[in-house]
Amino acid sequence: MSAVPLEREAPLPVGPIGRHGIGLWGMGALVASEAALFAYLLFAYYYTGAAAPPGWVLEPRPSLKLALPNTVLLLASSFVAWYGERGVLRQRPAQALLGFGFAFLMGLAFVIVQYFEWQAKPFRLGASSYASLYFVTTGFHISHVIVGLLILAAIFLWTALDYFSPRRRLSVSAGVIYWHFVDIVWLFIFTTFYVTPYLGFAT
Amino acid sequence: MRRPDYRTPGIVSDTVEQRARLLPLWETSPGIKGFLGTVDHKQIGIRYIVTAFVFLLLGGVEALVMRLQLAGPNLSLLTPAQYDDLFSTHGMTMIFLYASPVLSGFANFLWPLLLGTRDMAFPRLNALGYWVYLASGLFLYAGFLSGNGPNDGWFNYVPYASRDYNPGLNEDFYALGMVLLGISTTVGAANFIVTAFRTRAPGMSIARMPILIWGTLTANAANLVVVPAVSLAFLLLWFDRQFGTHFFDTNGAGQPLLWQHLFWIFGHPWVYAIVLPAMGMVSDGLPVFCRRPLVGHSLVALSTVATMVLGFGVWVHHMFATGLPSLGLSFFSAASIAIVFPSAVAVFAWLATIWLGRPVITTASLFFASTILLFVIGGVSGFMTASVPVDWQLTDTYFVVAHLHYVLLGINVFPVLGGVYFWFPKMTGRLLDERLGRWNFWTMFIGFNLAFLPMHLTGLLGMPRRIYTYAAGMGWDSLNLITSVGSFILAAGVLLFVVNVLKSLKSGAVAGPNPWDAASLEWSVPSPPPPYNFAVLPTVASRHPLWEGRLAAGPDTSVLDRGPSLDRGKETLGTSAMDATPDMILEMPEDSVAPFVLASGLAVLFVGLLLKGWWPALAGLLVCGLALLVWLWPQEQLREREVSS
Repeated sequence: MSAVPLEREAPLPVGPIGRHGIGLWGMGALVASEAALFAYLLFAYYYTGAAAPPGWVLEPRPSLKLALPNTVLLLASSFVAWYGERGVLRQRPAQALLGFGFAFLMGLAFVIVQYFEWQAKPFRLGASSYASLYFVTTGFHISHVIVGLLILAAIFLWTALDYFSPRRRLSVSAGVIYWHFVDIVWLFIFTTFYVTPYLGFAT
Repeated sequence: MRRPDYRTPGIVSDTVEQRARLLPLWETSPGIKGFLGTVDHKQIGIRYIVTAFVFLLLGGVEALVMRLQLAGPNLSLLTPAQYDDLFSTHGMTMIFLYASPVLSGFANFLWPLLLGTRDMAFPRLNALGYWVYLASGLFLYAGFLSGNGPNDGWFNYVPYASRDYNPGLNEDFYALGMVLLGISTTVGAANFIVTAFRTRAPGMSIARMPILIWGTLTANAANLVVVPAVSLAFLLLWFDRQFGTHFFDTNGAGQPLLWQHLFWIFGHPWVYAIVLPAMGMVSDGLPVFCRRPLVGHSLVALSTVATMVLGFGVWVHHMFATGLPSLGLSFFSAASIAIVFPSAVAVFAWLATIWLGRPVITTASLFFASTILLFVIGGVSGFMTASVPVDWQLTDTYFVVAHLHYVLLGINVFPVLGGVYFWFPKMTGRLLDERLGRWNFWTMFIGFNLAFLPMHLTGLLGMPRRIYTYAAGMGWDSLNLITSVGSFILAAGVLLFVVNVLKSLKSGAVAGPNPWDAASLEWSVPSPPPPYNFAVLPTVASRHPLWEGRLAAGPDTSVLDRGPSLDRGKETLGTSAMDATPDMILEMPEDSVAPFVLASGLAVLFVGLLLKGWWPALAGLLVCGLALLVWLWPQEQLREREVSS
């Protein structure tokens, strides 16, 4: 008869402690699936663009006036959200609220600027496959940013209610990971729509 | 009192008192609240299976009507438009609403029992998966019944499916219904992956996992990353049809072939996703009736994964006739032919298991064994069409229809029915009738081969698929009549199955915990299993915990009657991903109606989108948001937040 292993084990964590919990695996699966979704969108862009006639890119020199600062803003918000998460880890509720609150405002600013960026485009959704890809891809992204904003708002609320501690904080870490994902995926979209035309793709 | 953050679970024996402590913790409450709120994987699994079988019967009736129309030349039972509706809805039903959900059902029921745990990793997500599946099935069938079913084939090529050529709501129903179904598949996939890696019984290292787990895990790892391709394709199609975008439409420099790429990037891995778990049933079920372990367990596990890895790189073989560059065709042809190798590993492992074992003939073993033959026939015809010149000759003929039915019935329906005969006693406590079962098997087997074997010839003689009728004297008349006769014999076999299930539910022989003297953990618990599955969590020391006495002894033996009690709440054990050493105590959620409310919100949202009722759509979205907020609200009981002082 063999031993039941638990009889010689150290005590086990009860429920998620720190980042250690299956919820983080769930978030990992969600991010993997969402990342695949964006990969297919970008595949659609490169596939259609590679076979398209000259002049397909309706804006061969896309203006970076709004897009570049907006990109910096979104990426910076990732660091701010991380700063908030550190606040939970160090049991500094003020820092946590500041971090999540500012990350939320920066994300909100990104959405508003993106609205003006759309308005400034010389083409609309139905102009061509290029226009459709541009608006639908950035639109998918904005919808994910909005989901991320709702998550940040929930984390802000729960932090304000004093729910979390360095040990019990998996919701915070999972939510912040989602926010990082939303920011990183934008980098790929930005590169595709704003940088590759300068590099000569499909122009 | 503050509950400890760390503790060592008490080790107890499986006693009546232990069971009495667990039952109230895990039992689903009676009545409508329990019905809508249950998160018990066994109930959810059975719901999946029953719903999928209802769709199988519906799809079967559609097929029979088509076979009446095609029984002879120039028949006019159906109009061409009705025929289009039927073959498209038949494909949609069988592939999306039966073949995959039925496997999810088996996996939901079986996984925690096979893995030695008390529920899936995310029980509420599991409930959500079922409700969304049901909603999408009702949505798609609402389209069909209101005359708006899909009518451009299940793979729905543009420009047929574009608004210019198909102005009704048909394709909008199909597009949105498929996006909805994709949500169900994706959340299910995430759940299976986390369950497989984090909740196996202590000692069940990766190398000791049953093949059914390997098959379903592999299929769902693929689903997680390929389902977005088809959801996206259908959503873009809906945008093209309703909002004037130009993804697939040449007028705006769109790419019709983009549809085919996105569809088959999903579609081919999906084909493996709907056969690998069923192959896993054969790999785990057949050896029980050969009275020996599966030959080449590790090789079969690896070949399962290899099939899927290769399966990501074969989608273009559905597009050989679209004029792609020949270098690309050669690559995809070679990759498709290479699938033969891992497939052959499974076939030879099964044959060797029969050869080296002492086969016992039961209905279940007949269904499992017949899979081998049907898989070889379907595999060879697939291998043939993987070759570009052969495919050019045979594409869009009945040869392809014969191939895909050998694959989908041969390695989905037949092993699934074998699985029902095998696991029905575990699910219900009663055995299916063996005598009726033999009639069931042989009627289906003869009917199936009579229907589909001649169909290869029909295809070789040039009959195109998807035509609603044909002229006399093309050499297709008697072949089609034979196929129609065969299809009705097959249907009679399925009817015998239904009769057997209904009869045995009432009067079947009582099964006991292990009627087949099988080796895996699900047979160590009563039939049907109690809500908590295992009174004490088992510790596993080999691949065959219940056969250890008679197989060559390993250094350790499994312990099933003594283990962690975990009875202070709804608890089970989390284990490490590779070695399955105890890692944490998982606090499991109570029953909850949040998944049902979320699925209802999604249904309202999608109906709103379909009819462009933006206010109902917004209301549906709001319901979804609120349900998610309630669902994810950190709970003390789940240790998601600090206990308030």
